[in-house]
Amino acid sequence: MGETLLKVENLHVSFPGTKKLFRRGDVIQAVSGVSLKVARGRTLGLVGESGCGKSTIGYAVLRLVGASGRVIFNDVDLISLSALEMRPIRRHLQVIFQDAASSLDPRMTIGDLIAEALDIHDLCAGHARKDRIKELLDLVGLPPRFAEHYPHELSGGQAQRIAICRALAVEPELIICDEAVSALDVSIQAQILNLLQKLQQRLGLAYIFISHDLSVVRHISDEIAVMYLGKIVEHGSRDDLFENPIHPYTKALLSSIPVPDPDVELSRDRIVLQGDLPNPANPPSGCRFRTRCPFAIRECALIPPQEVEIEPAHYVSCIRAPHFS
Amino acid sequence: MALLKVKNLHTHFSTSKGIVRAVNGVSLSLEQGEVLGIVGESGCGKSVTALSLMRLLPENIALTIADELMFDGANLLDLTNRQLRAMRSRRMAMVFQDPMRSLNPVLTVGRQLTETLIRHMEMNRAAARKRAIDLLERVGISRAEKRLDEYPHQLSGGMRQRVMIAIALSCNPRLLIADEATTALDVTIQAQIVDLVKDLQRDFGTAVIWISHDLGMVAGLCDQVAVMYAGRVVESGSVREVFYRPSHGYTVGLMQCTPRIDDIGSPLRPIEGMPPNLSEPITRCPFLPRCEMAVPSCHHVMPDDKTVGPSHIAACFGDLKPYWREAAT
Repeated sequence: MGETLLKVENLHVSFPGTKKLFRRGDVIQAVSGVSLKVARGRTLGLVGESGCGKSTIGYAVLRLVGASGRVIFNDVDLISLSALEMRPIRRHLQVIFQDAASSLDPRMTIGDLIAEALDIHDLCAGHARKDRIKELLDLVGLPPRFAEHYPHELSGGQAQRIAICRALAVEPELIICDEAVSALDVSIQAQILNLLQKLQQRLGLAYIFISHDLSVVRHISDEIAVMYLGKIVEHGSRDDLFENPIHPYTKALLSSIPVPDPDVELSRDRIVLQGDLPNPANPPSGCRFRTRCPFAIRECALIPPQEVEIEPAHYVSCIRAPHFS
Repeated sequence: MALLKVKNLHTHFSTSKGIVRAVNGVSLSLEQGEVLGIVGESGCGKSVTALSLMRLLPENIALTIADELMFDGANLLDLTNRQLRAMRSRRMAMVFQDPMRSLNPVLTVGRQLTETLIRHMEMNRAAARKRAIDLLERVGISRAEKRLDEYPHQLSGGMRQRVMIAIALSCNPRLLIADEATTALDVTIQAQIVDLVKDLQRDFGTAVIWISHDLGMVAGLCDQVAVMYAGRVVESGSVREVFYRPSHGYTVGLMQCTPRIDDIGSPLRPIEGMPPNLSEPITRCPFLPRCEMAVPSCHHVMPDDKTVGPSHIAACFGDLKPYWREAAT
């Protein structure tokens, strides 16, 4: 692993739940004690099901939600900064959302939308600006005439390219891609994934790639962290995680992704989990996955599992991990 | 005799921007107890095909014509609205992607389940309630009796979709159409629903049309598959034929751009460009502008369906044998 760009330590984020009459509302622990690292120029994949807190980690890193813990970006702890101090740093931290079209103001042209990003950070005023917009459009594979277009004229893939374009305008070091390709059709999704990889090689970007789609995450990530109910249950290099998954949740998740091959599908051993995700306002004691875990034993309910290094740089939080490996 | 036989189905919408040919000559056939997958990307006409089969499109904006549209011995094009209503749910039922939009938020689950039973099966309240509990248990909902008195917002997404499936199955239909029924669900829940559909199909012999953009899901669940592009079925056949011997440029393209969980590092080959605008007439292969395997004849005429294997047909001039692969077994 190269030079660390972002280090998150013991991050906690909680939200107030629904209030009840004469009673204090529940507290939903969206993220409870997450630590992770992203190296410069590399991609960390963050996977898990809806409600596991993967997007919340992204928002906490961007300081869009209140959090406790430490978020160290380029040796500065972002959590300790004021909004004003945070502002110049935002230039280096950008985000792309799932629904790109809704993040574009429908009354502005694409050119203005890209220029807006430049203006906020006082970059490229005057004559250079037009050229810069052209250059940015070219970078994401769109012809310069798109600068005159309005968002409603774009297809889903084009809107996503514009969102990437806007993020790139300020020359960031880290881009958080929050389900950035999930809404796209596979043929368009492949175009955007290849674009993201090309840009990474060219500009040395680091990504936090948040997605529920493990096939996509496997394709794009160097490191992967698997989340369940606000905690990271397993993390390691992409190949370790996919070839040697240890945590029962990772195994179940991997086994439930369908493969486009009839014979492979026929011969696979599938771990089908029973039930739904527990209520995050009242997570199970001990290991949070134990209520759906096919291998849970009595001890799992008693103690929250500690993270163990099962092989070099491959961490698992499961008390039965030595038994599985 | 086939349970469902569709020949040359066209559905056109009249819009402010002209006629949109959403479905343009689709032919399908489905036997009792079979699972047919329809795959393709957004806008290819998968859902409109299903809605046309159910005759659910409003006649003032959609025109549906076909050479043949036979289901269970009846010509769906000739039925009156009253006959169609009786046909739906009793003999063919449909499950949509977003269960929250199909369920009525102000009625309890029980009310919505028994409604169908009372109306179509002419049961009394007590019998309908008993059957509703059976159905919920059948689709894997625990504490079914309690759930009957709950409202849709009290259920999780996976449970709502189970309720929708229970409603769809309540009158023992011979055909279940599932339109992206698991797309909005998490993968672990998706796996549960797929298992459920497999069980139901085995136990009751229900025929299923499974509409999805997910090739993997179709590979694991379906017997037959139809690949749609720009309102047409460009290739169809048994799942093994189509997956191991893809014979249309679009099918090959689709497979090459789908990331596989079991694949290590082979590059994704995106299909460049975008699908055609369906409000303009299409005179050649609709995939031609995006196809990397086009041959000279592609530029002149529209390809006809050619037979590739026993049940395998494709409308493509190209020679795609280099893309065939051996089955894993």
